[in-house]
Amino acid sequence: MKTFAELNFPGRLIAVEGLDGSGKSTQIYLLKRWLEAEGIKVYFSEWNSSELVKSATSKGKKRELLTPTTFSLIHATDFADRYERHLVPLLRAGYIVLCDRYVFTAFARDVTRGCPPDWVRGNYNFAAQPDLTMFFKADLEVSLNRILEGRPKLKFFEAGMDLNLSKDPYESFKIFQGRILEQYMAMSKEFNFVTMNANENVEKQQVIVRKLVSERIDLKKFKRRSPLPLPPSLPPTVEDKEELEDKSV
Amino acid sequence: MKNFDLKNGRRFYGHGIPHIKCEQLTGKLIVVEGADGSGRSTQIIRLVDWLETNGHPTVQVGLKRSSLVSAELDKAQQGNVLSRTTLALFYATDFADQLENIMIPALKAGFIVLADRYIYTLMARDMVRGMDEKWLKNLYGIAPEPDAVFYLSVEPEELVQRNLSKTATLDYWESGMDLGLSRNLFESFLDYQTKMQSTFHKLQKTYGFDIVDANRSTDAVTKELRKKIGALLEGK
Repeated sequence: MKTFAELNFPGRLIAVEGLDGSGKSTQIYLLKRWLEAEGIKVYFSEWNSSELVKSATSKGKKRELLTPTTFSLIHATDFADRYERHLVPLLRAGYIVLCDRYVFTAFARDVTRGCPPDWVRGNYNFAAQPDLTMFFKADLEVSLNRILEGRPKLKFFEAGMDLNLSKDPYESFKIFQGRILEQYMAMSKEFNFVTMNANENVEKQQVIVRKLVSERIDLKKFKRRSPLPLPPSLPPTVEDKEELEDKSV
Repeated sequence: MKNFDLKNGRRFYGHGIPHIKCEQLTGKLIVVEGADGSGRSTQIIRLVDWLETNGHPTVQVGLKRSSLVSAELDKAQQGNVLSRTTLALFYATDFADQLENIMIPALKAGFIVLADRYIYTLMARDMVRGMDEKWLKNLYGIAPEPDAVFYLSVEPEELVQRNLSKTATLDYWESGMDLGLSRNLFESFLDYQTKMQSTFHKLQKTYGFDIVDANRSTDAVTKELRKKIGALLEGK
């Protein structure tokens, strides 16, 4: 797997990975805010967010009719749509693209669900490797508490209920998340994850994130030529009109 | 190989489906492939009629018929907004949904499953559009190998005639208009169908399906199919 830099894309892709409740979404959001304020061309893309595929995914989830195979394929479809329609053109145009979850989410989750690793990886092999992947590693208990405190009811697939790990959604969720964490850890080295201590407080983590990004990526290369969008054009003044008339003569 | 059952000789083309073992699939899977206008649907109706009359339970599947994504897939195609990889994966999702929810249960129950097109059409369409064959083979490694595959081969010139007499026009996708081969629908159709045919012949070498000359009359084709399927069911 080659990175976008190795493939000579002018843009760079930064991905965050981690369990639900690891705080990765907060971190990448704050990173985005900073880059925007710095006048950098930045785009944010979230897992499972392609408009076209979304309705099928949510239907499948609601009716609980997804199998490990269709679950994997429908997420691959969603990813491919965002990848081909947004990510690649933006990276060609020199953007910094931020991804909340990338193919590694599929590698971890789908394999936990029983899909063959080679099959899943093969399906995603059109995707290049991020230039930086930050893996937010919190203690399993910490992640679980964050999720379980915030949301009283766990969703069927989120809790891994399709795997028959336990009849109790909370118990199932714990086992499922634990297995996903194992998968993440197993691929961490292979894909050059930078492991972030997600047990730290949010501000401290963000300082580290920003430092890491500015060390890895020469940010000034990604600045917009005009820092702000141009103000709406004003109606022509009297002088302008006169000038135009002069020219037309 | 764990996905190979010696007794009934069935296997998956690749990794297969998690938790499904081939020896459970005791029914028969019969695939009919061919372009629009090759007589596929007519032949399948006739086969179902014949098989059921002879006491065989049947189930039919086809492309873009899954409850999961068929509506979304239709919508996407109408706007022609999806890129190649996305469309390929969308079709694979549709296929997998029918495979797991209809075909596999039916095959486990000993039914005869008649598939109106299978992974070969999906692969051929994508190969004509320049997608990587290896990637496609991995993707469709979820598919069980059928007991028989009949490719109804019809000359492109004859397909044009049949399609025009049926609908007075040529289908956008069946003409490969998205490929920009020609702005002329008629030319594009001929060009695209010729490409599809040569891709099918290429796939035939790997998958060894039966090429049936469907330039002939409907009855002649039916007769040949019955003969071959009859032999299959008798275990010859």
